[in-house]
Amino acid sequence: MFETNTTAPTPSRPDLAFWMRTAAPFVIAAVLLFIVAPAMLSDFRLNLLAKFLCYAILAIGIDLMWGYTGMLSLGQAVWFGLGGYAMAMYLKLESSGDSIPDFMNWSGLESLPWFWAPFRHVWFAIPMALIGPGVLGFLLGYLVFRSRVKGAYFSIVTQALALILSIFFVGQQQYTGGTNGLTNYTELFGMNLSDTSTQHLLYYITGGFVLLTLAFATWMTRSPFGRLMIAVRDDEDRVRFAGYNVGLIKAFVFGISAAIAGLAGALFVPQVGIISPANLGIVPSIEFVLLVAVGGRGSLTGAVIGAVAVSWARSSLSENYPDTWQYFYGALFVGAVVLFPGGIVGAYRSSVSWVRTQVRGRSTMPGSPSLEIDRKGATSAD
Amino acid sequence: MDIFLQQLFNGFSLGSILLLVALGLAFSFGLMNVINMAHGEMIMIGAYSAYVAQNWFKDLMGERGLDYYFIVALPFAFIVCCIIGMILERTLIRRLYGRPLDTLLATWGVSLLLQQGARTIFGAPNVQVTSPPWLKGGIDVTGDFSMPYIRLFIIGMVAVCMALVWLYLTKTSAGRRTRAVMQNREVAGALGVVTPKVDVLTFGLASGLAGVAGCALALIGPIGPSLGTYYIVDAFLVVILGGVGQVLGTAVAALSIGWLNAILEYQTTASLAKVIVFALVIAFLQWRPAGMISRRAAR
Repeated sequence: MFETNTTAPTPSRPDLAFWMRTAAPFVIAAVLLFIVAPAMLSDFRLNLLAKFLCYAILAIGIDLMWGYTGMLSLGQAVWFGLGGYAMAMYLKLESSGDSIPDFMNWSGLESLPWFWAPFRHVWFAIPMALIGPGVLGFLLGYLVFRSRVKGAYFSIVTQALALILSIFFVGQQQYTGGTNGLTNYTELFGMNLSDTSTQHLLYYITGGFVLLTLAFATWMTRSPFGRLMIAVRDDEDRVRFAGYNVGLIKAFVFGISAAIAGLAGALFVPQVGIISPANLGIVPSIEFVLLVAVGGRGSLTGAVIGAVAVSWARSSLSENYPDTWQYFYGALFVGAVVLFPGGIVGAYRSSVSWVRTQVRGRSTMPGSPSLEIDRKGATSAD
Repeated sequence: MDIFLQQLFNGFSLGSILLLVALGLAFSFGLMNVINMAHGEMIMIGAYSAYVAQNWFKDLMGERGLDYYFIVALPFAFIVCCIIGMILERTLIRRLYGRPLDTLLATWGVSLLLQQGARTIFGAPNVQVTSPPWLKGGIDVTGDFSMPYIRLFIIGMVAVCMALVWLYLTKTSAGRRTRAVMQNREVAGALGVVTPKVDVLTFGLASGLAGVAGCALALIGPIGPSLGTYYIVDAFLVVILGGVGQVLGTAVAALSIGWLNAILEYQTTASLAKVIVFALVIAFLQWRPAGMISRRAAR
């Protein structure tokens, strides 16, 4: 429950208990990811879990934006997709050898386009998967936030971005592979991608990045800048009157979140083996937000739990009820918002405090990050 | 030149449908601060209503039914969507007032449910409506430029709808109450306007308009469970560009986006046109953040 400290002052000299509280989720997650899961799951399920963990990384980024800074982006799949495409371009070139990728041949291209060329080098492709979305996100965010587009308006602008980019990627078939996307990769760093050992290694790498991202986000939200993020969420105008450049703060968080999404996309592609415009449209974007809504916005561990839980539920529902699973999925959206606005973590917190009230007669829970983010102020442009 | 005129005309008819969709969104957004992602599904329901009406008339009167079904389909679609919209408002959206981002997620869930419902009832493959015989053909102006009756009919229908909405808002007491709540909910409530009643009526009206738009779309293309998703984002862009709760702004924005899309599609490609339109909307918001026409009332 370490996120609850966001409203309580941090002790000036953190004691042992503080560090233990902070480290607990990481230790538990590490044990689950690195010891329990590989022992319990088949290769197929482990690969599936690795995919969910990519979503978990992305969900942490969304939580930084939505739960902590109060901006709901409905275009996170754009950054996820761009990161994925950066990685996929490298993988595609690697598997094509000296010739140009097959789909370019079909579309009548003679030589490699200039912007594809640098992606031959993996040490260009991987940093680009983070830097590209990060910088683009920051720039778009700065333009949008500078004109004080916020709340629901911002959500719709990002949603339009997701729609348009997916249409654009379908349209530019000779450069992006069109609707089919980029697929048929063979190797990464000289390792065969279809080998079980490579897939296991990728699983561990993804798990490591989940912990790393979680640690980074925890550090970020507890830093003085993190306080500023929460202040922007709760009352943007006051922060502005206090002399801060709110547009810049929001754009920065947006950029960070986009970079995290790009990282998730880059990890996603070699494990799933395909990236296509379907991965960067509106539907995946909104589904990504659901991960955080179910887990509990304003809680980083909640984002990870929600991501794994929802993705698992989605995949088992669509396996078992291929015809009707969308009913359950739709009901999950409605239920998560109407019945459990705090998500899994919120429900856990309120049940813990209810039990404590029953036992001790009063609540001892510290104030959790408020869910009042969208109740006021964050909506109208006037 | 002829092709250019044709594009312009098509853009106009696309823009007019967009207007009908966006008008409803502008109401629910401007009046209640609700982002209704299920609005697109009202289009879909409207289109399927036309399909159902067509089948009824065919069963009842045979081929002759095709002459008349569309006259009935329009009010039928309006009423069906209006009722579904009101139920939605009463059961779900009412609980979420003041939490616009939550309404967005919840209504997205509703839209998934409605799409799946349509898939269960009508099947996943697209269905087609036969347009009435009196709408076949068109006016040939010059060489390659012709104005199909269907598109002319749609433009005329939108004009009539707009006029009716305008009359409702300005000449009836219910419309006056709607405008009062839009301007200031608290004061309107204090002066005796029953705001929840206004909300449910306006939501129904907005959904009904989307249903009529869906009816129009049924004439020009195939009907599928995910029909609404193609229009919802464009409609939201129109609302943002036009200025929230502004009928005139919405109209100007809808026609501009329709035209811009058509002209750019002619100059470049369809996918590039969408990108450029989006970039232009963002650029425009840099200049006028509150949209084309912003509310000047003091708050």
